[in-house]
Amino acid sequence: MTERSGVEVRLENLVRRYGATTALDGLSLTLAPGELVALLGPSGCGKTTALRLLAGLEQADEGRVIIGGSDVTDLPTNRRNIGMVFQAYSLFPHMVAWENVAFGLQMRDVDRAERKRRALEVLELVGLGRFANRYANQMSGGQQQRVALARALAIQPQVLLLDEPLSALDAKVRARLRDEIRRVQLEVGITTLFVTHDQEEALAIADRVGVMQAGKLEQLGPPTLVYSRPATPFVADFVGLTNRIPGEVKNGGVEVRGTHLPLVQQDVPAGPAIALVRPEAVTIAASADGESGPLVGTVIAVAFLGAISRVTVDLGDMTVLAQLPTSAASDHPAGSRVRLVLRPDPVLVQREETASVTA
Amino acid sequence: MAVALRGVHRTRWLKLQVFRYVVFALAAAFFLVPLIAMFEFSTRANDGSRTLQYWQSIASYPDMIAAIVASLELAVITSVVMLVLLVPTMVWVRLRLQRLNRIVEFICLLPLTIPAIVLVVGLFPEYIWLGTNFSDSILTLSLAYVILVLPYCYRTLDVGLGAIDVRTLSEAARSLGARWDQVMLMVIAPNISNAILNATLLSVALVLGEYTIANNLLYNNLQVELVHLGRADAGTSIAVAVASLMFAFVLLVVLNFIGSRPRRSVEEPVTKLAGPLQASQA
Repeated sequence: MTERSGVEVRLENLVRRYGATTALDGLSLTLAPGELVALLGPSGCGKTTALRLLAGLEQADEGRVIIGGSDVTDLPTNRRNIGMVFQAYSLFPHMVAWENVAFGLQMRDVDRAERKRRALEVLELVGLGRFANRYANQMSGGQQQRVALARALAIQPQVLLLDEPLSALDAKVRARLRDEIRRVQLEVGITTLFVTHDQEEALAIADRVGVMQAGKLEQLGPPTLVYSRPATPFVADFVGLTNRIPGEVKNGGVEVRGTHLPLVQQDVPAGPAIALVRPEAVTIAASADGESGPLVGTVIAVAFLGAISRVTVDLGDMTVLAQLPTSAASDHPAGSRVRLVLRPDPVLVQREETASVTA
Repeated sequence: MAVALRGVHRTRWLKLQVFRYVVFALAAAFFLVPLIAMFEFSTRANDGSRTLQYWQSIASYPDMIAAIVASLELAVITSVVMLVLLVPTMVWVRLRLQRLNRIVEFICLLPLTIPAIVLVVGLFPEYIWLGTNFSDSILTLSLAYVILVLPYCYRTLDVGLGAIDVRTLSEAARSLGARWDQVMLMVIAPNISNAILNATLLSVALVLGEYTIANNLLYNNLQVELVHLGRADAGTSIAVAVASLMFAFVLLVVLNFIGSRPRRSVEEPVTKLAGPLQASQA
């Protein structure tokens, strides 16, 4: 495989409407050369539409698509030099794996011997050289998607587009193939847009994650930043688990059940609000038999997740989720009384009455 | 207990097998007895002795030879026009004009509800115009035959297209640089090859057996010529009928053979590049 650096990709103010529905509402996004950006969001948020507009499979009502400095907005798909892996298995059933991989080269008039050599080379890259003579129905779902990845890469595209390529696979294969995709992407150095609704997938694989809602980009940033400093309540809700605890904004922070927490943004007017607190910011301080207080409650469930456990605590008027090491969680079985402590990480708040973004 | 159950199952299985063979034998007899009777009739002389004179005399009827050639040409033209018209239209409707799917289906199935004689009445003025301004060749019948075979071929191709993910396959091909004609010929067509073969077979069978339209539009195709010949020389007429049925049968076998070619072996690796990387099941 030829080593090369990727190109910059720019989506400028893209708008796509289906009748009265606006699927994409002025999306602007720039992918740096060789960068992998994951678009994350719930079904219908417009992430796949954005990818399809970049691929040329649909036409934008407004806006421009620029790949490597060239405006490709009006270019048909087959002239955009993009590689794409689809959600559904998309291998051509009448061709064996190497013929599938060589198809794009055939379209570029590469002679048969050369395209076979290159197809086998790319199949080796994805670890499937021995499966070159297999038909799609003779391969597992994971193998098919790896061949699809090889097929997309064989044409040495300027951009790689991944449209939820792992969603049809079981959890174990998904995690393995996810790492495989990242390894190959880094090895080839291709600019990549990865669309998924699986936050774990997006956070694990991407250089930057873009969270979308209602056709707009809510936040774009490195995975750690999106997770630890969500820009909007929607991002906080969608990425990771969140406790929604009522409190009051005052003195540049928010008072939550007797604990003062700093705010992500300081220009929030005083008054009642909902604080969005991550479970890992909630810890169990001690057993609290016979005690009372705003953060004292009863453990009602302990979910074992391997090295960590999630403990659900009933505070009387609400339940709170705490995440702690399994060794610590095992000291507090269901039914025991505990006292919670909120770590003073900056939090986002949401106005209770309007549910609007305030932080 | 288990032995008794096995005995019951075996008895049921035997009954089912007997029933299958009886049905098969009845169906075979239904098709074969008339054919055998026709063959017997076409090889028996007036005095009761065996003869091949009717078969040998087929070649002595130039109108019959011309009609056979014309019917075969019509079958080829009809099949090609039907495929060129129907396959891209159906694919395009699936990809871009889903809302028109019902309308296209309705239009394609409409000829099924129109009796051939009504079709002839409707087509008659068109054929007068065609004969005056374009050509009065029998091959113009293929226009009417395309309409005639439309419902059967639509249904067959619809099943074929329904069995593959047309949208994903064509989008994948487009993203790899294929033009639309390459998508059709190199991706869609090979994956519905059985449906295309079946549609072709149906249209060939329908065209070879068509009588009403050709006769009423005053063209002499195989069936019209058979009827004419049957009035003058029943033995030769039956010989031609048996020959045309055998031809259709051979065509069916050939098309089936083409459609069910085994795929290449997958055991032999084609590459020597497979090195330390072991392909996992992922």
